[in-house]
Amino acid sequence: MILVYVDHDRGELDPLALQVVSAARGMDDDVQAVIVGPNAEKCVDELAGVGVRTVHHGSHASIADYTPLANARAVLSVMERLEPRAVLAAGTARGSEVLAHIAAIKDLPLVTECSEITLTGPDTAEVTRARWGGNLLERSKVTAAPLLATAQAHAFAVAEQPGSAQVEAFDVPATDADLQVGIVDRTGAAATGVGLAEAKVVISGGRGMDGPEAFAMLEELADILGGAVGCSRVVTAAGWRPHAEQVGQTGTKVAPELYLAFGISGATQHIAGCKSAKTLIAVNTDGQAPIMSHADYAVVDNLHTLLPVLIEKARAAKGA
Amino acid sequence: MEICVCIKRYPSLGSAIMLTEDGMAIDTDKLGFTLSPHEECAVEAAVQLKEEHGGTVTLISMGPEGVEEQIREQFAIGADRAIWIHSDSTDIDPQAAAKAIGDAIEADGTAFDLILLGSESADNANAQTGVRLAHRLGRPVATAVKGMTIADGVATCERAVGTMREVYSVPLPAVVTVKDGLNIPRYPSVPGRIKARKKPIEEVPATLDAPRIELIGLTAPIRESKGAQDLGAGEEAADALVDVMKQIGVLS
Repeated sequence: MILVYVDHDRGELDPLALQVVSAARGMDDDVQAVIVGPNAEKCVDELAGVGVRTVHHGSHASIADYTPLANARAVLSVMERLEPRAVLAAGTARGSEVLAHIAAIKDLPLVTECSEITLTGPDTAEVTRARWGGNLLERSKVTAAPLLATAQAHAFAVAEQPGSAQVEAFDVPATDADLQVGIVDRTGAAATGVGLAEAKVVISGGRGMDGPEAFAMLEELADILGGAVGCSRVVTAAGWRPHAEQVGQTGTKVAPELYLAFGISGATQHIAGCKSAKTLIAVNTDGQAPIMSHADYAVVDNLHTLLPVLIEKARAAKGA
Repeated sequence: MEICVCIKRYPSLGSAIMLTEDGMAIDTDKLGFTLSPHEECAVEAAVQLKEEHGGTVTLISMGPEGVEEQIREQFAIGADRAIWIHSDSTDIDPQAAAKAIGDAIEADGTAFDLILLGSESADNANAQTGVRLAHRLGRPVATAVKGMTIADGVATCERAVGTMREVYSVPLPAVVTVKDGLNIPRYPSVPGRIKARKKPIEEVPATLDAPRIELIGLTAPIRESKGAQDLGAGEEAADALVDVMKQIGVLS
């Protein structure tokens, strides 16, 4: 049996959980899920739709919202009862954190960011995982039972498996120390424009923008195309744009229909964030810039003179 | 405040990755070395806290000869002292690494109020050393933090989720793993660089447990040029770009 830790935010299922369950079903027919906290039961139908037949729902009087270590205790209590061959989670901040707690408590290895997982024996597995933000792939052998692993986002396709799931409620054996760190508040407003991670068009600027001013043109173009503005790390390190707009290994990873890179050289740190774009257009004065080898279309020109013309033509084409 | 920051030396990859002949490591012969953005932000946060609350910033780094370069750079930013856990490689199994760091912290004896790490390493992204270290030391932990304030013995930590932020409060002493964007790290000053030469580095040997994750090999996904189609320049390029946008359906 494979156990999947399923994250949700106040009853809203983490969509990556469906990919993780599908990955688990590729390893074993019997896939069960652990969900924790109030409103988690809202996720059961979606999990049943990808082949989960048993959902273990943990509750505790003091768990009102996401509480990492208590969630780990919940998974541990199911692990101890049912002895799964592997425990998987999505490679999100929360999924990695919950599995890291389990790994630390049980002194087990944990393999993160896996894009392939093969169980090769009763306590052995081989995995392919991402290093350097996916610029390098690692093949490794892990000796552990159970195997603890997180799945790289979008590495596994969702496989529908309609049916219904039985919910087994249980009490989470959490101590005060386990409940010490959890969400106490949420701040910030929901996005007003188009979110960078979900945008169909991302228009990014790099060092070649020469300062924060020229980003007004990227915003104008983004507005015409219904896209979002991004940037490279050089730009956020210089304080030209907020970090939330950084595309890259330590920023946001994007997968738009179109990625427009203005004045970006194409360091691996940046490519890690934009290589999933369907079409990449690079505009750079240097035709030999590394970004050009990742581009589908190249414009070797000065972005400062090109952008006003492009904006005018794009606006005209939209009106036409 | 006594603050500890764990940092790691990485090759500066630039735009292409070359592997060694056996495919088991990156060929670093022609590469410079650096920290990851996450860790630069961790050191900056520690130095800011020292400026506000007083105290000492201690760096811990594991690796072979060479890690001194990254330690001295962060001394120039404002860290005060360092513990260098001398190991053969920086590619260390995360279970073994967390244990060795925990041992070094206990042996050092400083009662750290706050231990900062990057949320995941730039190279291996195991995303677990901080949590393992917290368990090893019996402390609470918050991970992937992009905003942090300290008051009354509590670290208020924010994690970015889209445009929203989740807030966690973590009683000190604690372990916090941070992400790029926490702050904008400063550049070292000339006086900072001069002082950095004299700051103490204590070298301790690493006793590492056998790795539980055994590397079979590395591959760099094929990086052949996609053979970008040249759209020219100027007005001709602008017309061609509009055509491409229409063709792929993002402009209508």
